[in-house]
Amino acid sequence: MGTSMQRAALVGLVAFASAALGQNPTDAQLKKGREVYQNWCWNCHGSGAGKPGSEALRAKYKDARPADLEQRTDLAPVVIKTFVRKGVSIMPIFRKTEISDSDLDALAAYLTQNTKAKSAN
Amino acid sequence: MSKLPPGLSSKDFQGAIKQFEAAIGKEWVFTSDEDVALYRDSYSVFLGEPEEIMASAAVAPDTVEQVQRVMKIANTFKVPMFPISTGKNLGYGGSAPNLSGSVVLDLKRMNRVLEVDDKRHFALVEPGVSYFDLYRYVQERGLKVLLDLPDPGWGSPVGNSLDHGVGYSTGEMRDHIGSHCGMEVVLPNGELIRTGMGAAPNAKTWQDYRYGAGPYVDGMFSQSNFGVVTKMGFWLNPLPDAYLMGTVTVPKHQDMIPLVDILNYLENSGITNGMPQLGSPVYGRQFAPPDPELGAMIAKPGGATPAELEEYAARKGRGYWSCGLQFYGPEKVIAAQWEYAREKFSSIPGAKFEEGPSYKFPLTPEQIEKSHKVTVGVPDLSIFAIGARSPFNPNPSHGHVWFSPIVPRTGQAILDAQRVFTDASRETGLPLLAGPAPLPATYYKRAFIFIFGIMVSTDLAVNKKNRDAFRNVIKIAAEKGFVEYRTPPAFQDDVIATYSFNNHSLLRFHETIKDAIDPNGILAAGRYGIWPKAMRAKRA
Repeated sequence: MGTSMQRAALVGLVAFASAALGQNPTDAQLKKGREVYQNWCWNCHGSGAGKPGSEALRAKYKDARPADLEQRTDLAPVVIKTFVRKGVSIMPIFRKTEISDSDLDALAAYLTQNTKAKSAN
Repeated sequence: MSKLPPGLSSKDFQGAIKQFEAAIGKEWVFTSDEDVALYRDSYSVFLGEPEEIMASAAVAPDTVEQVQRVMKIANTFKVPMFPISTGKNLGYGGSAPNLSGSVVLDLKRMNRVLEVDDKRHFALVEPGVSYFDLYRYVQERGLKVLLDLPDPGWGSPVGNSLDHGVGYSTGEMRDHIGSHCGMEVVLPNGELIRTGMGAAPNAKTWQDYRYGAGPYVDGMFSQSNFGVVTKMGFWLNPLPDAYLMGTVTVPKHQDMIPLVDILNYLENSGITNGMPQLGSPVYGRQFAPPDPELGAMIAKPGGATPAELEEYAARKGRGYWSCGLQFYGPEKVIAAQWEYAREKFSSIPGAKFEEGPSYKFPLTPEQIEKSHKVTVGVPDLSIFAIGARSPFNPNPSHGHVWFSPIVPRTGQAILDAQRVFTDASRETGLPLLAGPAPLPATYYKRAFIFIFGIMVSTDLAVNKKNRDAFRNVIKIAAEKGFVEYRTPPAFQDDVIATYSFNNHSLLRFHETIKDAIDPNGILAAGRYGIWPKAMRAKRA
């Protein structure tokens, strides 16, 4: 089953992502990334009550990693992009008419701005 | 390229793609495997199997004129098209078509809020507008309206209403197709129509009076394949002064019957105007494990008897059934309505009452955070907790499909439906996720809707077993009079088959219309059982 194999591979990506973090993002890109996050991600992955994405990550990682994606320091762009384009568990696929490739680049830049090179592997 | 539309040569398909690119721009015609895979149904019950419905390509026009051009090209080459609005009809098909090889007509880029009037209380929107988009538009302008919202907020007013979606606020507005007013539709041949007063060029009442003169045709474009809706008007609630929730609990199993009778009287008289919420506090919190004593009672052969549960409920001080009433309006008025409701429910011996929460509009951010957001007009995604990983659910699902039968608004019908679906689940093995005593999850003003989630698994054998069981339960439920109002593409033929009065004369009428307005059968083949003539013959 292609999808489950892809999803299984994602687990590996989270643990072993070694993709280059890319060049430093511009302020404009980070601003755009935050806007994309607020529009598309925050309602599931933000802080506060009734955020099933954060609840799921809290149940998965316990205290090992923050449940709120904006607090993470270990994400790599490839992980963000793969989850957005492939979906995972109940998180659906997002099309390019929803989150364009350039918006996804900005989102990945925003959510990886605190990533330390050492912890992204 | 992923696959070809059925019956189309590669040459013709390439010809159509080139013309699509010329009509709407190459950037908005998606043909690579990677891009087309984004149109899979994330919650498909065929996920990863050869039968999974896959598109051949997708096109994303930005204007009505581009939609018209796309439909004309599709007719020339006989390319099957499947329109989606925001493509988030999750649990009922997502962004995938009914027919493999169709080209998805993705209307997400048509995301303009054209008008919101907070004096006449309506909106006019394009199909790509989500509930989040509309909420943002209203908030940014400080408009005095309360949106009626379904779950999740990613859906669109157009797409949700066209699939007969239901919201959470007042009775009139919860019925999304029933509270729309005026459509603009591109017919399968590319011709543009406007319905109701929209057909009268100088009328200023397109979103005020929905019938115009002559036949009222709007319903034809819901759960069908007769046109591509490109604009739609919706009536909105005025922003009320206040909100109040009051809850009544009753102690006996059979109290469900007077509970619903009184609820109906209050709601149909306009004394309570918000969505009711029936509950079964005896079982504790839904989706959480029951305490050991209750768990043992439920688990024994035949389950717990009503008498045992009544005794248990009395001992725990919980009540057997509950009914939350929601009121929107002036503070003094809704306080009086709640007082009158308490008087009526007091005729049930042992009825108890609880008041709250209550709010004044607009709510503060802190109040919104604590509220059931959709009932106070704030779009939300918390519904995705169903199936997501949590302390109660360490093995998350890969989505779900909904089984959604319509049930009469009587207490006896609820008790009957509980027995029918509990027995059907046991008989077929279909895990109907709704707790030990399923209750209406969605409330049309004049009908209940039970909604059962069936989880999609990574184990293909489980999905196959559940598909077969789902089909069986459709039949079992229909024999008892509980017929589905909405279902994913995998089961649409099965559900439509249960609407069989006079040898399926309604479906035959739909097919007659289909043949007349879409002779090439290019639009949304198979949607809700309506197949083009050529495919109908093969399926017979």
